[in-house]
Order: sequence, then structure tokens, then C-alpha cells
Amino acid sequence: MKKTISLIVLLAIVRVSAAPFDGGYEVGDIARDFQLKNVDGASVSLSDYKEAKGFIVVFTCNTCPYAKLYEQRIIALDKKYKGAGYPVIAIQPNDGSLSPGDSFEAMQANSKKKGFSFPYLLDETQEIARAYGAARTPHVFLLNKESGELRVAYIGAIDNNHQDSDRADKKYVEDAVDALIASRKVPVTFTKAIGCTIKWSGT
Amino acid sequence: MRRTVVLLFFLFGAGATIAQEVEVIKYPQLDAIINAKEDGVKVINFWATWCKPCVEEIGYFEAANTQFRDKGVSVTLVSFDFGKDVEKKVQKFIDKNDLRSRVLVLDETDYNSFIDKVSPSWSGAIPATLIVNSKTGKKQFYEKTFKEGELSEVIEAFIN
Repeated sequence: MKKTISLIVLLAIVRVSAAPFDGGYEVGDIARDFQLKNVDGASVSLSDYKEAKGFIVVFTCNTCPYAKLYEQRIIALDKKYKGAGYPVIAIQPNDGSLSPGDSFEAMQANSKKKGFSFPYLLDETQEIARAYGAARTPHVFLLNKESGELRVAYIGAIDNNHQDSDRADKKYVEDAVDALIASRKVPVTFTKAIGCTIKWSGT
Repeated sequence: MRRTVVLLFFLFGAGATIAQEVEVIKYPQLDAIINAKEDGVKVINFWATWCKPCVEEIGYFEAANTQFRDKGVSVTLVSFDFGKDVEKKVQKFIDKNDLRSRVLVLDETDYNSFIDKVSPSWSGAIPATLIVNSKTGKKQFYEKTFKEGELSEVIEAFIN
């Protein structure tokens, strides 16, 4: 009897944690590499970054109001952590035919206008967003290189105040990267945040 | 012209037929709405004026609000528009579309402090919809866009 209950509890837990992110990564999973087109036309893979200790992978776009509010903070994250071995890799997952403001040309223009210091990649087939389990923009997957593999160390929001970075008293991504750099345990490994649903092709 | 406006005001202004005035709330007020025991069935839709799929399905919620009113169902539209956009965008949207459902703007920034309270299965994307039976405590949560006819089927099934 007790065993049955434990099993049911276990199933319930698995169900709850898996439900909204079908097929995507959970913290602790090994993340896949990719080969995506950057706004400069070059193809970018994580394996290109031999010296990197990990990556701040951000699924983001031009058009979502939340993505716009976080743009400067994404630039700041790259500036702060690139030198420490954790550069930002931004991936735009929206179907440009459903969201014209996210077309490759619009991405190029936005990257230039805002002075993105990081690659801004187009996930044209949306395969990477699906593989990672990105649900919305912006959506961060912090990866840490461990014995040659990229382990997911944090998934979620950048911080806890989209409207005003100065008033955010929980800087989830910064805290997580700081912990990785100091070889400490990442304090918060998963958060949720409101964002814009990714515009999936065929929907 | 002015006379027509005044006349229209007298014809429609006094009754329940005017479009809604948006209210700005914090999460505890929303929590009270979700968990109030006396209010029948509540359909709570999370949306924003900048969210295209949300705007596209608003009409179904408006229709449901009228269709199911006599069955004790009320529709509340909870907007995630930013505080600065309340008048400029939300009220304008309400007026333009003549919304009759109750419209609230949730003025919160720390989403992780309440998302799981609405539903643990919510990833944080909108549109999302919570249907609650106040008396039984039964809840159903949808993180999706409804197609035409689908919302009324879901509500029909929920109340029967």
C-alpha cells in the first residue's frame, strides 16, 4: 500500500514538472549544440567557443514588449560575463512570416541599432527552441561546460522586475553565473516569467 | 453633434450597457477573486493588448460572458499591460471594442511570486485561462489560444 502511494506521488511529481515543457530541457540535462545563422551572415555553433566555460543562451526577439524591456539587460549580461567565460548567445525563435518584425532583416537592423555585442541567431526551423523547451521570449537557459558537455544550470527569467532593473531584487541569471564562476551551488535553478509565446510555424 | 452625444449618454450611459472601466489591481486582489466562495463560475483570461493571439480570442470571451451569464458564469479579463499603458492602451482597447466583461490590469512585476498560485502548470506564457467553480473549488487551467466555438464547449462541459 505504502509503495503504491509513493509511486502515485512520484508519478504526480513527474507529471507536474514535465507538463508545461514537453520535450524541453530540465535543469541538469545536457544541452545540444546547434548551427544557426547570425545577423552577420556567419554560422555560429557553441563549439566555436573553445575558451568558454558556459553560455547564457537567451531566446528573445525584436517584437515582444518583455524582450524589448530586457534588451539592455541582455547586453549588460554579455558585457559583464563574456570576459569571465560566459558569453550571451541570443536566439530568435519566432516564425518571421507570423511575426514580420522578427524577420532576419529586422533582426539585423535591431542588432545594429542596439549595438548587440553578442550573436543574434535565427532559429529558422524552430528546432533549437523545441529541443531546449523554450516557451516564450525572453527565456534564459544558462549552460555550464562540464567535462566537455553543456549542462543546463538555470532555466527561466533574467530577474524579478521586467519594468525596472533597478527595482529587481532577485537577479536570477547574475546570481546563477556568479555561483558557477565561484564553483558554488546555483541558488535558484528554475523560475517562471511572463513573456510572449513563441510564434510557432503552422499555428 | 454634442446633442447627439448627450442623447446617447442618456440612452446608454445609465444602464449596464456601457463599456467597462479598467481597474488596476495587485495579486492579492486577484487571489481574492479566484478564491471567493460566493461568485459562481469564474472564467479568468490572462491577456495583453500587445499579445496578438490574446486579442484574437477576446471576442470569444466576450460572447461567453453574455451567453453564460444566466448560468452564473462571469468572465474577467486580466491584462498584463504595463502600468503606463492603462489609459493609453487598455482603456482605449476596451472602448474601441466595447468590452462588457470586467477588465483588470494586474500591476505586478515579480511574476514568480504568483504564477504558481494561479496554476502550477502555467509556464508564464499568455494567453492563458483559468476556470474556477467557487463552490466546489474545481479549477481548470489552459495555456493556449481558443479556437472559435471551443471556449463555449469548455465552459459548457465545466458547468455540467
